[in-house]
Amino acid sequence: MVNPRLRGTAAIVGVGHGGIGAAPGRTAFDIVGDATHAALADCGLKLSDIDGVFAATMVNSMPAVNVVEYLGLRPRVTEGTNTGGSSFLAHLQWAALALDAGLCEVALITYGSNQKTGAGKFVSTSEIVPFEAPYKPRYPVSAYALAAARHMHEFGTTREHLAEVAVAARTWANLNPEACARGPLSIGDVLASRMVSDPLTVRDCCLVTDGAGAVIMTRADRARDFPKPPAYLLGVAAENWHRWVSSMPDLTTTAASRSGPRAMAMAGVGHADLDLVMLYDAFTITPIMFLEDLGFCPKGEGGRFVADGRLRHGGGFALNTNGGGLSCVHPGMYGLFLLIEAVRQLRGECGARQLDRPKLALCHGNGGHWSSQVTAILGTGETL
Amino acid sequence: MEIRVTAAGPGTERLWRDALGEGRLTLPFCEACGRAHFFPRVLCPHCGANAIVLRPASGRGTVHSTTTVRRRAEEGGDYNVALIDFAEGPRMMARVDGVAPAAVAIGMAVEAAIVTEDEAPLVVFRPVAEGA
Ligand SMILES: [Zn+2]
Repeated sequence: MVNPRLRGTAAIVGVGHGGIGAAPGRTAFDIVGDATHAALADCGLKLSDIDGVFAATMVNSMPAVNVVEYLGLRPRVTEGTNTGGSSFLAHLQWAALALDAGLCEVALITYGSNQKTGAGKFVSTSEIVPFEAPYKPRYPVSAYALAAARHMHEFGTTREHLAEVAVAARTWANLNPEACARGPLSIGDVLASRMVSDPLTVRDCCLVTDGAGAVIMTRADRARDFPKPPAYLLGVAAENWHRWVSSMPDLTTTAASRSGPRAMAMAGVGHADLDLVMLYDAFTITPIMFLEDLGFCPKGEGGRFVADGRLRHGGGFALNTNGGGLSCVHPGMYGLFLLIEAVRQLRGECGARQLDRPKLALCHGNGGHWSSQVTAILGTGETL
Repeated sequence: MEIRVTAAGPGTERLWRDALGEGRLTLPFCEACGRAHFFPRVLCPHCGANAIVLRPASGRGTVHSTTTVRRRAEEGGDYNVALIDFAEGPRMMARVDGVAPAAVAIGMAVEAAIVTEDEAPLVVFRPVAEGA
Protein backbone atom coordinates (compact mmCIF):
# COMPACT_ATOMS: atom_id res chain seq x y z
CA MET A 1 0.00 0.00 0.00
CA VAL A 2 1.32 3.42 -0.92
CA ASN A 3 0.27 6.51 0.97
CA PRO A 4 1.14 9.60 -1.07
CA ARG A 5 -0.27 12.04 1.50
CA LEU A 6 3.15 13.00 2.91
CA ARG A 7 4.73 13.49 -0.52
CA GLY A 8 6.48 16.86 -0.57
CA THR A 9 5.16 17.98 2.83
CA ALA A 10 8.62 18.28 4.43
CA ALA A 11 12.05 19.33 3.27
CA ILE A 12 15.65 19.20 4.39
CA VAL A 13 16.81 22.80 4.75
CA GLY A 14 20.14 22.37 6.55
CA VAL A 15 22.90 19.75 6.63
CA GLY A 16 26.21 19.54 8.45
CA HIS A 17 29.15 17.26 9.19
CA GLY A 18 31.37 16.98 12.25
CA GLY A 19 34.57 15.08 12.97
CA ILE A 20 34.69 13.32 9.61
CA GLY A 21 37.55 10.82 9.54
CA ALA A 22 39.21 11.28 12.89
CA ALA A 23 38.17 13.46 15.82
CA PRO A 24 40.90 12.84 18.39
CA GLY A 25 40.02 14.07 21.85
CA ARG A 26 36.37 14.65 20.98
CA THR A 27 33.49 12.55 22.22
CA ALA A 28 30.71 11.23 19.95
CA PHE A 29 28.41 13.93 21.38
CA ASP A 30 31.07 16.62 20.80
CA ILE A 31 30.98 15.86 17.07
CA VAL A 32 27.16 15.64 17.11
CA GLY A 33 27.40 19.17 18.50
CA ASP A 34 29.81 20.16 15.70
CA ALA A 35 27.49 18.71 13.04
CA THR A 36 24.39 20.32 14.56
CA HIS A 37 26.15 23.69 14.71
CA ALA A 38 27.12 23.34 11.05
CA ALA A 39 23.59 22.31 9.99
CA LEU A 40 22.03 25.25 11.85
CA ALA A 41 24.52 27.65 10.27
CA ASP A 42 23.66 26.10 6.89
CA CYS A 43 19.99 27.08 7.22
CA GLY A 44 20.22 30.13 9.47
CA LEU A 45 18.25 28.67 12.38
CA LYS A 46 19.13 28.82 16.08
CA LEU A 47 19.66 25.88 18.40
CA SER A 48 16.58 26.92 20.36
CA ASP A 49 14.44 26.60 17.21
CA ILE A 50 14.83 22.79 17.31
CA ASP A 51 11.75 21.22 18.88
CA GLY A 52 12.01 17.71 17.46
CA VAL A 53 15.04 15.43 17.98
CA PHE A 54 15.57 12.17 16.09
CA ALA A 55 18.74 10.21 16.86
CA ALA A 56 20.16 6.70 17.16
CA THR A 57 23.55 5.32 18.15
CA MET A 58 25.04 1.88 18.80
CA VAL A 59 26.40 2.75 22.24
CA ASN A 60 23.60 4.52 24.12
CA SER A 61 20.42 2.93 25.40
CA MET A 62 18.55 6.26 25.01
CA PRO A 63 20.50 8.07 22.29
CA ALA A 64 17.94 10.75 21.42
CA VAL A 65 17.58 11.59 25.11
CA ASN A 66 21.37 12.00 25.39
CA VAL A 67 21.40 14.33 22.37
CA VAL A 68 18.67 16.47 23.95
CA GLU A 69 20.71 16.82 27.13
CA TYR A 70 24.02 17.56 25.37
CA LEU A 71 22.47 20.24 23.16
CA GLY A 72 20.47 21.73 26.04
CA LEU A 73 17.15 21.37 24.22
CA ARG A 74 13.57 20.95 25.43
CA PRO A 75 11.97 19.31 22.38
CA ARG A 76 8.32 18.34 22.12
CA VAL A 77 9.24 15.25 20.06
CA THR A 78 12.11 12.93 21.04
CA GLU A 79 12.42 9.86 18.82
CA GLY A 80 15.22 7.32 19.07
CA THR A 81 14.18 4.23 17.16
CA ASN A 82 17.28 2.23 16.27
CA THR A 83 17.01 0.12 13.12
CA GLY A 84 20.79 0.16 12.56
CA GLY A 85 22.36 2.14 9.75
CA SER A 86 18.96 2.75 8.16
CA SER A 87 17.67 4.56 11.26
CA PHE A 88 18.12 8.08 9.91
CA LEU A 89 16.18 7.37 6.73
CA ALA A 90 13.39 5.95 8.90
CA HIS A 91 13.63 9.10 11.03
CA LEU A 92 12.84 11.11 7.88
CA GLN A 93 9.49 9.37 7.78
CA TRP A 94 8.73 10.02 11.46
CA ALA A 95 9.98 13.61 11.25
CA ALA A 96 7.79 14.29 8.20
CA LEU A 97 4.78 12.83 10.03
CA ALA A 98 5.50 14.85 13.18
CA LEU A 99 5.96 18.06 11.17
CA ASP A 100 2.78 17.42 9.18
CA ALA A 101 0.81 16.77 12.36
CA GLY A 102 2.13 19.94 13.99
CA LEU A 103 3.86 18.00 16.75
CA CYS A 104 7.06 19.94 16.02
CA GLU A 105 8.25 22.75 13.74
CA VAL A 106 12.00 22.13 13.33
CA ALA A 107 13.30 18.57 13.35
CA LEU A 108 16.94 17.64 13.95
CA ILE A 109 18.07 14.21 12.74
CA THR A 110 21.58 13.44 13.97
CA TYR A 111 24.20 10.75 14.52
CA GLY A 112 27.82 10.68 15.62
CA SER A 113 30.43 8.11 16.52
CA ASN A 114 34.08 8.27 17.55
CA GLN A 115 34.59 4.54 16.93
CA LYS A 116 38.02 5.13 15.39
CA THR A 117 39.81 7.43 17.81
CA GLY A 118 37.74 6.30 20.78
CA ALA A 119 38.68 2.66 20.08
CA GLY A 120 38.67 0.52 23.16
CA LYS A 121 35.98 2.64 24.72
CA PHE A 122 33.52 1.75 21.97
CA VAL A 123 31.12 -0.78 23.44
CA SER A 124 28.20 -1.82 21.27
CA THR A 125 24.85 -2.30 22.95
CA SER A 126 24.19 -5.21 20.58
CA GLU A 127 23.24 -8.35 22.48
CA ILE A 128 24.80 -11.82 22.35
CA VAL A 129 22.93 -13.78 19.68
CA PRO A 130 22.25 -17.17 21.28
CA PHE A 131 21.87 -19.19 18.07
CA GLU A 132 24.81 -17.60 16.22
CA ALA A 133 27.42 -16.48 18.77
CA PRO A 134 28.80 -19.98 19.57
CA TYR A 135 29.98 -20.28 15.94
CA LYS A 136 31.91 -16.98 16.20
CA PRO A 137 30.82 -15.25 13.01
CA ARG A 138 32.78 -11.98 12.66
CA TYR A 139 30.08 -9.31 12.80
CA PRO A 140 29.00 -7.73 10.66
CA VAL A 141 31.27 -8.90 7.83
CA SER A 142 30.43 -12.64 8.02
CA ALA A 143 26.70 -11.91 7.59
CA TYR A 144 27.47 -10.11 4.35
CA ALA A 145 30.05 -12.71 3.29
CA LEU A 146 27.46 -15.50 3.59
CA ALA A 147 25.10 -13.60 1.29
CA ALA A 148 27.93 -12.77 -1.13
CA ALA A 149 28.94 -16.43 -1.32
CA ARG A 150 25.35 -17.45 -2.03
CA HIS A 151 24.98 -14.70 -4.67
CA MET A 152 28.14 -15.94 -6.39
CA HIS A 153 26.83 -19.52 -6.27
CA GLU A 154 23.36 -18.74 -7.61
CA PHE A 155 24.14 -16.07 -10.18
CA GLY A 156 27.79 -16.36 -11.17
CA THR A 157 28.78 -13.10 -9.52
CA THR A 158 32.58 -12.91 -9.24
CA ARG A 159 35.09 -11.40 -6.84
CA GLU A 160 36.03 -9.04 -9.70
CA HIS A 161 32.42 -7.80 -9.77
CA LEU A 162 32.61 -7.12 -6.03
CA ALA A 163 35.98 -5.40 -6.42
CA GLU A 164 34.56 -3.14 -9.15
CA VAL A 165 32.21 -1.60 -6.57
CA ALA A 166 35.16 -0.63 -4.35
CA VAL A 167 37.14 0.72 -7.32
CA ALA A 168 34.16 2.79 -8.52
CA ALA A 169 33.65 4.25 -5.04
CA ARG A 170 37.31 5.28 -4.97
CA THR A 171 37.02 7.19 -8.28
CA TRP A 172 34.37 9.39 -6.64
CA ALA A 173 36.24 9.69 -3.34
CA ASN A 174 39.26 10.97 -5.25
CA LEU A 175 37.16 14.03 -6.18
CA ASN A 176 35.90 14.60 -2.64
CA PRO A 177 38.27 16.50 -0.32
CA GLU A 178 36.31 15.20 2.71
CA ALA A 179 36.72 11.52 1.75
CA CYS A 180 38.89 9.52 4.16
CA ALA A 181 40.33 7.01 1.63
CA ARG A 182 41.76 8.55 -1.51
CA GLY A 183 44.43 7.49 -4.00
CA PRO A 184 44.65 4.83 -6.67
CA LEU A 185 42.78 1.55 -6.19
CA SER A 186 42.61 -1.22 -8.81
CA ILE A 187 40.60 -4.42 -9.02
CA GLY A 188 43.89 -6.25 -8.53
CA ASP A 189 44.52 -4.27 -5.33
CA VAL A 190 41.14 -5.32 -3.94
CA LEU A 191 41.62 -8.98 -4.87
CA ALA A 192 45.12 -9.05 -3.36
CA SER A 193 44.18 -7.39 -0.09
CA ARG A 194 43.79 -9.31 3.15
CA MET A 195 40.85 -11.73 3.23
CA VAL A 196 38.60 -11.16 6.25
CA SER A 197 35.63 -13.50 5.77
CA ASP A 198 35.56 -15.19 2.37
CA PRO A 199 34.81 -13.89 -0.24
CA LEU A 200 35.21 -10.40 1.29
CA THR A 201 38.63 -8.79 1.70
CA VAL A 202 39.40 -5.77 3.81
CA ARG A 203 38.93 -3.64 0.65
CA ASP A 204 35.44 -5.12 0.19
CA CYS A 205 34.58 -3.71 3.63
CA CYS A 206 33.59 -0.19 4.58
CA LEU A 207 36.00 2.12 6.38
CA VAL A 208 36.16 2.43 10.15
CA THR A 209 36.12 6.17 10.85
CA ASP A 210 34.79 8.79 13.20
CA GLY A 211 32.12 11.13 11.98
CA ALA A 212 28.86 12.88 12.73
CA GLY A 213 26.07 14.29 10.64
CA ALA A 214 23.06 16.49 11.21
CA VAL A 215 20.01 17.25 9.10
CA ILE A 216 17.45 19.99 9.77
CA MET A 217 13.96 19.42 8.44
CA THR A 218 10.91 21.70 8.35
CA ARG A 219 7.48 21.67 6.74
CA ALA A 220 7.60 22.43 3.02
CA ASP A 221 5.51 25.60 3.43
CA ARG A 222 8.41 27.14 5.40
CA ALA A 223 11.21 25.63 3.36
CA ARG A 224 11.45 28.39 0.75
CA ASP A 225 12.33 30.92 3.48
CA PHE A 226 15.80 29.46 4.05
CA PRO A 227 19.00 30.61 2.37
CA LYS A 228 19.66 27.43 0.36
CA PRO A 229 17.38 25.45 -1.97
CA PRO A 230 15.36 22.87 0.00
CA ALA A 231 15.50 19.15 -0.74
CA TYR A 232 11.92 17.92 -0.57
CA LEU A 233 11.04 14.49 0.79
CA LEU A 234 8.98 13.03 -2.06
CA GLY A 235 8.85 9.41 -0.98
CA VAL A 236 9.92 7.22 1.93
CA ALA A 237 9.19 3.60 2.76
CA ALA A 238 10.58 1.01 5.17
CA GLU A 239 10.41 -2.75 5.43
CA ASN A 240 12.04 -5.26 7.77
CA TRP A 241 12.04 -9.06 7.56
CA HIS A 242 14.53 -10.36 10.16
CA ARG A 243 17.32 -9.31 12.53
CA TRP A 244 20.20 -11.82 12.23
CA VAL A 245 21.46 -13.42 9.04
CA SER A 246 20.49 -16.98 10.02
CA SER A 247 16.83 -15.83 9.95
CA MET A 248 17.13 -13.97 6.63
CA PRO A 249 14.37 -15.50 4.48
CA ASP A 250 16.40 -15.43 1.23
CA LEU A 251 20.12 -14.61 1.31
CA THR A 252 20.01 -12.91 -2.09
CA THR A 253 16.84 -10.80 -1.78
CA THR A 254 16.31 -8.07 0.81
CA ALA A 255 13.29 -6.09 1.97
CA ALA A 256 14.59 -3.28 -0.30
CA SER A 257 12.61 -5.12 -2.97
CA ARG A 258 9.50 -3.86 -1.15
CA SER A 259 10.64 -0.54 0.35
CA GLY A 260 12.08 0.67 -2.97
CA PRO A 261 8.98 0.29 -5.15
CA ARG A 262 6.78 1.81 -2.42
CA ALA A 263 9.03 4.85 -1.98
CA MET A 264 9.21 5.37 -5.75
CA ALA A 265 5.44 5.00 -6.12
CA MET A 266 4.87 7.52 -3.34
CA ALA A 267 7.23 9.94 -5.08
CA GLY A 268 5.69 9.17 -8.47
CA VAL A 269 9.09 8.62 -10.08
CA GLY A 270 10.61 5.90 -12.26
CA HIS A 271 14.18 4.65 -12.53
CA ALA A 272 14.93 6.79 -15.58
CA ASP A 273 13.95 9.94 -13.65
CA LEU A 274 16.65 9.49 -11.01
CA ASP A 275 19.82 11.56 -11.35
CA LEU A 276 21.62 10.21 -8.28
CA VAL A 277 21.49 6.91 -6.42
CA MET A 278 22.94 6.71 -2.91
CA LEU A 279 23.07 3.09 -1.66
CA TYR A 280 24.39 1.99 1.70
CA ASP A 281 27.70 0.28 0.77
CA ALA A 282 28.80 -1.35 4.00
CA PHE A 283 30.36 -4.07 1.83
CA THR A 284 30.86 -4.35 -1.92
CA ILE A 285 28.05 -6.92 -2.17
CA THR A 286 25.45 -4.52 -0.74
CA PRO A 287 25.11 -2.10 -3.70
CA ILE A 288 25.02 -5.08 -6.05
CA MET A 289 22.05 -6.62 -4.23
CA PHE A 290 20.33 -3.26 -3.72
CA LEU A 291 20.64 -2.38 -7.43
CA GLU A 292 18.74 -5.62 -8.09
CA ASP A 293 16.19 -5.28 -5.29
CA LEU A 294 15.47 -1.64 -6.17
CA GLY A 295 14.86 -2.63 -9.80
CA PHE A 296 17.82 -1.06 -11.59
CA CYS A 297 18.64 -4.51 -13.05
CA PRO A 298 17.09 -7.99 -12.85
CA LYS A 299 17.71 -10.20 -9.81
CA GLY A 300 21.08 -11.88 -10.19
CA GLU A 301 22.42 -9.43 -12.76
CA GLY A 302 23.94 -6.95 -10.27
CA GLY A 303 27.50 -8.19 -10.72
CA ARG A 304 27.34 -8.02 -14.52
CA PHE A 305 25.50 -4.66 -14.27
CA VAL A 306 28.46 -3.03 -12.49
CA ALA A 307 31.19 -4.88 -14.44
CA ASP A 308 31.44 -2.37 -17.30
CA GLY A 309 32.61 0.40 -14.98
CA ARG A 310 29.37 2.39 -15.18
CA LEU A 311 29.51 3.18 -11.47
CA ARG A 312 32.88 4.91 -11.79
CA HIS A 313 33.08 8.69 -12.07
CA GLY A 314 32.12 9.47 -15.66
CA GLY A 315 30.69 5.96 -16.17
CA GLY A 316 27.13 7.19 -16.63
CA PHE A 317 25.44 5.85 -13.49
CA ALA A 318 25.88 8.27 -10.58
CA LEU A 319 26.17 6.05 -7.49
CA ASN A 320 27.56 7.14 -4.13
CA THR A 321 29.20 10.31 -5.40
CA ASN A 322 30.82 11.08 -2.03
CA GLY A 323 32.86 7.86 -2.24
CA GLY A 324 30.43 5.93 -0.05
CA GLY A 325 31.06 3.99 3.12
CA LEU A 326 33.81 2.19 1.22
CA SER A 327 35.97 5.27 0.58
CA CYS A 328 34.40 8.42 2.11
CA VAL A 329 33.31 7.86 5.70
CA HIS A 330 31.76 5.08 7.79
CA PRO A 331 31.36 5.78 11.49
CA GLY A 332 29.37 2.62 12.24
CA MET A 333 25.89 3.74 11.15
CA TYR A 334 26.25 5.45 7.79
CA GLY A 335 22.70 6.14 6.60
CA LEU A 336 22.63 9.84 7.49
CA PHE A 337 25.62 10.54 5.23
CA LEU A 338 23.67 9.26 2.20
CA LEU A 339 21.14 12.02 2.80
CA ILE A 340 23.72 14.77 3.32
CA GLU A 341 25.49 13.96 0.05
CA ALA A 342 22.16 13.82 -1.82
CA VAL A 343 21.16 17.26 -0.47
CA ARG A 344 24.53 18.74 -1.42
CA GLN A 345 24.28 17.30 -4.95
CA LEU A 346 20.71 18.61 -5.38
CA ARG A 347 21.95 22.06 -4.31
CA GLY A 348 24.97 21.95 -6.60
CA GLU A 349 27.56 22.21 -3.80
CA CYS A 350 29.77 19.24 -4.68
CA GLY A 351 32.71 20.84 -6.48
CA ALA A 352 34.74 18.48 -8.68
CA ARG A 353 32.28 15.60 -8.22
CA GLN A 354 29.15 17.70 -8.84
CA LEU A 355 26.60 16.13 -11.18
CA ASP A 356 25.01 18.20 -13.95
CA ARG A 357 21.96 19.83 -12.33
CA PRO A 358 20.49 16.74 -10.62
CA LYS A 359 16.82 17.00 -9.63
CA LEU A 360 15.98 13.60 -8.10
CA ALA A 361 17.98 11.41 -5.74
CA LEU A 362 17.22 7.97 -4.32
CA CYS A 363 18.79 7.16 -0.96
CA HIS A 364 18.68 3.62 0.40
CA GLY A 365 19.66 2.71 3.94
CA ASN A 366 20.41 -0.74 5.33
CA GLY A 367 20.42 -1.72 8.99
CA GLY A 368 21.54 -4.80 10.88
CA HIS A 369 22.37 -7.83 8.76
CA TRP A 370 20.48 -6.92 5.59
CA SER A 371 17.59 -6.47 8.04
CA SER A 372 15.99 -3.02 8.09
CA GLN A 373 15.62 -1.49 4.63
CA VAL A 374 14.51 2.12 4.12
CA THR A 375 14.29 3.97 0.81
CA ALA A 376 13.84 7.73 0.49
CA ILE A 377 13.41 9.94 -2.57
CA LEU A 378 14.58 13.56 -2.38
CA GLY A 379 13.91 16.16 -5.04
CA THR A 380 14.45 19.82 -5.88
CA GLY A 381 11.61 22.36 -5.95
CA GLU A 382 10.84 21.66 -9.59
CA THR A 383 10.03 17.99 -8.81
CA LEU A 384 7.22 18.89 -6.37
CA MET B 1 9.47 -38.90 21.31
CA GLU B 2 7.76 -35.53 21.20
CA ILE B 3 8.20 -32.76 23.73
CA ARG B 4 5.09 -30.60 23.96
CA VAL B 5 5.47 -26.88 24.69
CA THR B 6 2.80 -25.79 27.15
CA ALA B 7 1.61 -22.33 28.09
CA ALA B 8 2.62 -22.73 31.72
CA GLY B 9 5.98 -24.49 31.52
CA PRO B 10 9.39 -23.59 30.12
CA GLY B 11 9.56 -22.00 26.69
CA THR B 12 10.57 -23.70 23.47
CA GLU B 13 14.19 -22.49 23.57
CA ARG B 14 14.75 -23.86 27.06
CA LEU B 15 13.17 -27.22 26.18
CA TRP B 16 15.26 -27.40 22.99
CA ARG B 17 18.46 -26.74 24.96
CA ASP B 18 17.50 -29.25 27.66
CA ALA B 19 16.98 -31.94 24.99
CA LEU B 20 20.29 -31.01 23.36
CA GLY B 21 21.99 -31.35 26.75
CA GLU B 22 20.62 -34.89 26.92
CA GLY B 23 22.14 -35.64 23.52
CA ARG B 24 18.97 -35.24 21.46
CA LEU B 25 18.79 -32.82 18.53
CA THR B 26 15.19 -31.74 18.00
CA LEU B 27 13.31 -29.24 15.84
CA PRO B 28 10.17 -27.31 16.76
CA PHE B 29 7.14 -28.28 14.65
CA CYS B 30 3.75 -26.59 14.49
CA GLU B 31 0.82 -28.94 14.97
CA ALA B 32 -1.51 -26.53 13.18
CA CYS B 33 0.33 -26.13 9.87
CA GLY B 34 2.81 -28.98 10.14
CA ARG B 35 5.86 -26.87 9.37
CA ALA B 36 9.13 -26.78 11.30
CA HIS B 37 10.98 -23.62 12.28
CA PHE B 38 14.29 -22.54 13.77
CA PHE B 39 15.26 -20.87 16.11
CA PRO B 40 12.77 -22.27 18.64
CA ARG B 41 9.73 -20.10 19.45
CA VAL B 42 6.48 -20.45 21.40
CA LEU B 43 4.39 -19.53 18.38
CA CYS B 44 4.73 -20.69 14.80
CA PRO B 45 6.32 -17.98 12.63
CA HIS B 46 4.56 -19.48 9.60
CA CYS B 47 0.94 -19.45 10.85
CA GLY B 48 0.88 -17.93 14.35
CA ALA B 49 -0.42 -21.00 16.15
CA ASN B 50 1.03 -21.77 19.57
CA ALA B 51 0.76 -25.57 19.26
CA ILE B 52 4.49 -26.34 19.17
CA VAL B 53 6.12 -29.74 19.70
CA LEU B 54 9.78 -30.64 19.60
CA ARG B 55 10.44 -33.70 17.45
CA PRO B 56 13.71 -35.56 16.89
CA ALA B 57 15.57 -33.99 13.95
CA SER B 58 16.93 -36.15 11.17
CA GLY B 59 20.26 -34.35 11.51
CA ARG B 60 20.57 -34.38 7.73
CA GLY B 61 21.23 -31.08 6.05
CA THR B 62 22.74 -29.19 3.16
CA VAL B 63 25.21 -26.31 3.22
CA HIS B 64 23.22 -23.23 2.09
CA SER B 65 26.16 -20.83 2.36
CA THR B 66 29.61 -20.80 3.87
CA THR B 67 32.44 -18.45 4.79
CA THR B 68 35.95 -18.93 6.09
CA VAL B 69 36.61 -16.50 8.90
CA ARG B 70 40.30 -15.60 8.75
CA ARG B 71 42.17 -15.63 12.03
CA ARG B 72 45.86 -15.53 12.90
CA ALA B 73 47.42 -18.94 13.41
CA GLU B 74 48.51 -18.04 16.96
CA GLU B 75 44.85 -17.30 17.78
CA GLY B 76 43.71 -20.66 16.43
CA GLY B 77 43.74 -20.18 12.66
CA ASP B 78 40.95 -19.93 10.10
CA TYR B 79 37.56 -21.49 10.81
CA ASN B 80 34.28 -22.17 9.06
CA VAL B 81 30.89 -20.54 9.62
CA ALA B 82 28.01 -21.94 7.58
CA LEU B 83 24.27 -21.74 7.19
CA ILE B 84 22.77 -25.23 7.07
CA ASP B 85 19.34 -26.12 5.71
CA PHE B 86 17.86 -29.03 7.64
CA ALA B 87 16.11 -31.70 5.55
CA GLU B 88 13.00 -30.71 7.53
CA GLY B 89 13.21 -27.16 6.09
CA PRO B 90 14.55 -24.70 8.67
CA ARG B 91 17.97 -23.09 8.49
CA MET B 92 20.52 -22.64 11.27
CA MET B 93 23.95 -21.11 11.62
CA ALA B 94 26.57 -23.74 12.43
CA ARG B 95 30.06 -24.94 11.56
CA VAL B 96 31.16 -27.80 9.34
CA ASP B 97 33.90 -29.84 11.00
CA GLY B 98 36.03 -32.68 9.67
CA VAL B 99 37.14 -30.83 6.54
CA ALA B 100 39.29 -27.76 5.89
CA PRO B 101 37.23 -24.54 6.27
CA ALA B 102 37.78 -23.56 2.64
CA ALA B 103 36.68 -27.03 1.46
CA VAL B 104 33.16 -26.51 2.80
CA ALA B 105 31.00 -25.91 -0.29
CA ILE B 106 27.46 -24.74 -0.95
CA GLY B 107 25.29 -27.78 -1.66
CA MET B 108 27.46 -30.16 0.39
CA ALA B 109 25.48 -32.86 2.21
CA VAL B 110 26.15 -32.76 5.94
CA GLU B 111 25.06 -34.52 9.09
CA ALA B 112 24.67 -33.08 12.59
CA ALA B 113 26.72 -34.02 15.62
CA ILE B 114 26.53 -32.71 19.16
CA VAL B 115 29.85 -31.69 20.66
CA THR B 116 30.74 -29.93 23.91
CA GLU B 117 32.31 -26.52 23.54
CA ASP B 118 32.79 -23.86 26.21
CA GLU B 119 31.12 -26.32 28.60
CA ALA B 120 27.88 -26.33 26.61
CA PRO B 121 26.41 -28.69 24.01
CA LEU B 122 26.83 -27.37 20.48
CA VAL B 123 25.43 -28.58 17.15
CA VAL B 124 28.07 -28.92 14.45
CA PHE B 125 27.90 -30.66 11.08
CA ARG B 126 30.20 -33.06 9.26
CA PRO B 127 30.25 -33.94 5.58
CA VAL B 128 28.28 -37.06 4.70
CA ALA B 129 30.66 -39.60 3.16
CA GLU B 130 30.23 -40.13 -0.60
CA GLY B 131 27.59 -42.78 -1.28
CA ALA B 132 26.46 -42.87 2.36
ZN1 LIG C 1 2.18 -23.17 11.95
